[in-house]
Amino acid sequence: MSIWIIEKQCDGCKLCTQVCPYEGIEITDGIAKVTERCTSCGACIDICKNKAIDSDITQREIPDFSAYTGIWVFIEHNNIELTGVSLELLGKAQELAKDLNEQVSAVLIGKDVTKFCNTLTKFGAQNIYFAEHDLLEQYRTIAYTNVIESLVKKYKPSILLIGATTLGRDLAPRVSRHVKTGLTADCTDLKIDSDERILLQTRPAFGGNVMATIVNKYSRPQMATIRPGVMEKIKQNFFTNSNIIKFKPELHEKNILTRVLEIIKEKKSGIDITKANVIVAGGRGINGRQGFDMLKQLADLLGGELACTRLVVEQGILPQQAQVGQTGKTVRPEIYIACGISGAIQHRAGMMGSRYIIAINNDPDAPIFKVANWSIIGDVNEIVPEMIKQLSKGGTP
Amino acid sequence: MNIIVLIKQVPNTTKVKLDPITGSLIRKGIESIVNPDDLHALEAALTIKEKTKGKVTVISMGPNQAVDVLTHAMGMGADKAVLLCDTAFAGADTWATSLTLSKAIKKINDYDLVICGHQAIDGDTAQIGPQVADWLNISQATYVKDIETINNKEIIVKTWLENGFKRISCDLPALLTVISEINEPRYPNIEFMIQACLDKAPIKIWNAADIGVNTCDVGLEGSNTHVIKTFTPDFKRQNETLTGSKQESVSQLLERLKKSDTTIAHIF
Repeated sequence: MSIWIIEKQCDGCKLCTQVCPYEGIEITDGIAKVTERCTSCGACIDICKNKAIDSDITQREIPDFSAYTGIWVFIEHNNIELTGVSLELLGKAQELAKDLNEQVSAVLIGKDVTKFCNTLTKFGAQNIYFAEHDLLEQYRTIAYTNVIESLVKKYKPSILLIGATTLGRDLAPRVSRHVKTGLTADCTDLKIDSDERILLQTRPAFGGNVMATIVNKYSRPQMATIRPGVMEKIKQNFFTNSNIIKFKPELHEKNILTRVLEIIKEKKSGIDITKANVIVAGGRGINGRQGFDMLKQLADLLGGELACTRLVVEQGILPQQAQVGQTGKTVRPEIYIACGISGAIQHRAGMMGSRYIIAINNDPDAPIFKVANWSIIGDVNEIVPEMIKQLSKGGTP
Repeated sequence: MNIIVLIKQVPNTTKVKLDPITGSLIRKGIESIVNPDDLHALEAALTIKEKTKGKVTVISMGPNQAVDVLTHAMGMGADKAVLLCDTAFAGADTWATSLTLSKAIKKINDYDLVICGHQAIDGDTAQIGPQVADWLNISQATYVKDIETINNKEIIVKTWLENGFKRISCDLPALLTVISEINEPRYPNIEFMIQACLDKAPIKIWNAADIGVNTCDVGLEGSNTHVIKTFTPDFKRQNETLTGSKQESVSQLLERLKKSDTTIAHIF
């Protein structure tokens, strides 16, 4: 399998080099050349307006998926409450369902989970696929996989969405392999392509430096995990009724292969930055613990939380729960104040959804300024105390 | 205890720079490294090997130059290494990659444990581990942050949760994906690395035929998902720089927040 250039048709327009995800094509002497980095992914072929790119990649036949319909959301819970991302996904599923004119369904699995049905109805689940079993009391990969597999085989959804939590990221890949379908991880945007009626799944790639839109043409359901916090929870809707479809799973302890011995909750350090309305975040430019004490003062004045970049976590100043970015949390507060943060793409990936971004940094070239609503170029150790001073004077809460 | 470790060569995405004019990614000259989580996977395997005896085999899928990560692994103390290298493997999504890796594991056959890093820094999918476990039909534990005990039948691990951790026991064979918290990877021994570069080094190269897969089932052709578009994220905002003395710039800022439509505008 390879890709080649029909040189006489190439005008060196560079379109192919821009669309290539792997730098597998470059312009040399005014003509496109395939480099050794080419993975034969074919992304360049359609973009070429001169049809100068050819390949021996065979077009696979797309199977008939007309029997697959409906958007399913896997509902995560801890036996006491539902996980926020499940409700966020029910909101997104309704948008997608409108475009497809299909129904939204929740997949509720566990032991004694009837109590969650009302909430799911209110948040827009038209159907609830409901499976209870004693062996489902604790989440275990293989048990949950088997139940979802049976449901998918029987009821054939077109789309299956799962929150990208620790549980979701353990479960989704196993389910996708088991039901023989593709899966896209950690999506930040989902849309329906109106022509092909397929799901366009957009996610950060290459450490958040580029975004990639991914489709699953050849298998069903189209599965995606979605990061908590990136989709907005809809306000509870006017729905009053769900169609509950009860399913009796057949499970045997010996086939599940794992046992949960203990679940230990660790004392929360009081930080849940994903729920914060205001975030004051610090990076390299903040002077150790003392510097963060200063930021904490500002955060307290605004009723906000303290957050940081990866470096600060590595220095042991704040715990991992406070890290914003590609390898940390995604946040979308109303106000995000970035103090002494240069704004590496990995960090930006986690805070771009903020309503207002304020950047304070002494380096006028820091990339954080490019994404800020309001910028102050200056020393954080002077600006932040000044903010504290003016806010305190203004008779704040 | 025979252990298989899956490792990946990745571009060092933490050092990626953006073109200041076009805002697009500069891919040239980015160094290749062993995926950071995978070093922790190998360290975990070597620690178990030292206690229980047995062999550690490292598998990587990638182009010829990915042999570098295997040399690194041999330097750390792996006994054998396999590079899965075939143009047919290129462009694979996680479905096709996990199939390829699991076929190689089945060929090796004699294993009690498969360990891999939680996720790779270029793809960040964290899907390969669980998908390989499913192809192999064995138990899995992901986000492993500690290995407590292991005997012939089961392994007990601690796995990370959003609000604490979980202790799980898994029947063997099992697949673990580990996070960086689990250990501190050792540095490779230069002598071992030199040994690994010699002709007789136990690094094998297998192609599609060697592991018994049809080329149409792997790589881009065997993939279920495909990238149809890549683009640089749009980060545009109105971006106003507030100037003047610190008193002036801060008061301008608070003035703007006061007039904003946030729910806490009143406190400014």
